[in-house]
Amino acid sequence: MMETVAEPGGQCRLRPFSCEQGLLSRPDGSAAFLQGDTSVLAGLYGPAEAKLSKELPDRAALEVLLRPKVGLPGVLERSREQQLRQTCEAVVLGVLHPRTAITLVLQVLSDAGSLLSCCLNAACMGLLDAGLPLSSLFCGVTCALSPDGTIALDPTARQEQEARAVLTFAIDSRERKVLMATTKGSCSVEEMQQCLVTAQRAADTIFQFYRDSLRRRYSKS
Amino acid sequence: MQGGGGAAMAAAFKTVEPLEYYKRFLKENCRPDGRELGEFQATTVNIGSITTAGGSALVKLGSTTVICGVKAELAAPAADSANKGYIAECSSVDLAQLPAFLIPSTKCRAAIPLFREVSLRTTCPKLNILLEIKSTINIAKTLIDFWWQCLILDHCNFFISSVQLPSVIINEETGLSEVNLKQKTPLIIRKHPVATSFAVFDDTVLIVDPTAEEEDLATGTVTIVTDEESRLCSVHKPGGSLLTRTKLQDCITRAITRHKEVKKLIDKVIKSIMPK
Repeated sequence: MMETVAEPGGQCRLRPFSCEQGLLSRPDGSAAFLQGDTSVLAGLYGPAEAKLSKELPDRAALEVLLRPKVGLPGVLERSREQQLRQTCEAVVLGVLHPRTAITLVLQVLSDAGSLLSCCLNAACMGLLDAGLPLSSLFCGVTCALSPDGTIALDPTARQEQEARAVLTFAIDSRERKVLMATTKGSCSVEEMQQCLVTAQRAADTIFQFYRDSLRRRYSKS
Repeated sequence: MQGGGGAAMAAAFKTVEPLEYYKRFLKENCRPDGRELGEFQATTVNIGSITTAGGSALVKLGSTTVICGVKAELAAPAADSANKGYIAECSSVDLAQLPAFLIPSTKCRAAIPLFREVSLRTTCPKLNILLEIKSTINIAKTLIDFWWQCLILDHCNFFISSVQLPSVIINEETGLSEVNLKQKTPLIIRKHPVATSFAVFDDTVLIVDPTAEEEDLATGTVTIVTDEESRLCSVHKPGGSLLTRTKLQDCITRAITRHKEVKKLIDKVIKSIMPK
């Protein structure tokens, strides 16, 4: 049970985030990620035996299940699951474990804005906790464009509602390239590029946090 | 070696090593169906094919065919937005076409929020204004019921543009929420979003308008929806290979040029049905 807290300040304007790893006993890897008041719990099972219908001959079959806080998973959850799955597939070295299944279960504990980026961060920490081979790390950053054009990083639910556009990016750790991009609402091309630059800068803070939390965890044992 | 033998060998090679087969074409900067890397398939649009619906459009992009019907009905509004109309959509895939296609149903369902998002932002705001005029008399509501059928799902995001194509006619309410079928006004569409899909191969090559086979072999896909003012309605890149900012910018520029081409096509089609 390792808990680490980060208080990013200065230019980034991210909400304070914290992470706890290895809190569940059944899954092979688990992580709880908190961003402000939004928190997501991730449980990772795998690589385990896959069902014959689902197994792939050359790589691991990754499955993502996203459970909302209330109600049954709907169309929005399916869409998010697909995005998360393809993001994780690009990063997990599935070819090292052919004909296996890796299952990632995400449970939304509370939603106060920037849910998709919190899910991405929790997924990455879960993958690290499970010790799966990854080609790079990734982190999620959400930007909200207010009607007057200012960019708010890691918006709260209120900011997201009032925003003209909400953009979520998954940035990779090696060269800060874009792994996943989703936008909601309309924005100009320059604004999107600006948000992307801001997100890449914010990603530095998050990756430093990953590094610190893992260093703390493995230095004690 | 005879010509027939050559074709059979190519087909066998394609079955055994589809990626290598495809890469050989990419080396020559072209694709198996003869297109350039940045070329779109032939697009055809047909309006008004479904007479029972208020408006309808059939869009064919290569061999992907999508038909969309729009119907406006009077209904009670959602509890939290009493002044607005709402869009209800459902999609069905013709499973009889290709038995292996259980995946499109998840693709379709996953595409629904994307579609709803794009259409809500572009059409509904205007609808709100339309309703407010009525609401001074009494509580007027309108439900727009979208439905579409994806016949062959090569290109699951093109139907976004097909919805904007029909000139939909809604019923005007007079007095006490009565539906007057005789009087019809065209639905005001604020923007015309157009979607463009790209596929990334081996993290380097970017191709436009991938077919189903190309999408299976691709390492990543990107879909960009733009509108007339070159603003982005939506950027959808669900994982896959990494893209730099410049590569993303290239996609956006290509999407903007595509928008102009499609807009010309839409204008031509709408003009052709105007006299009716």
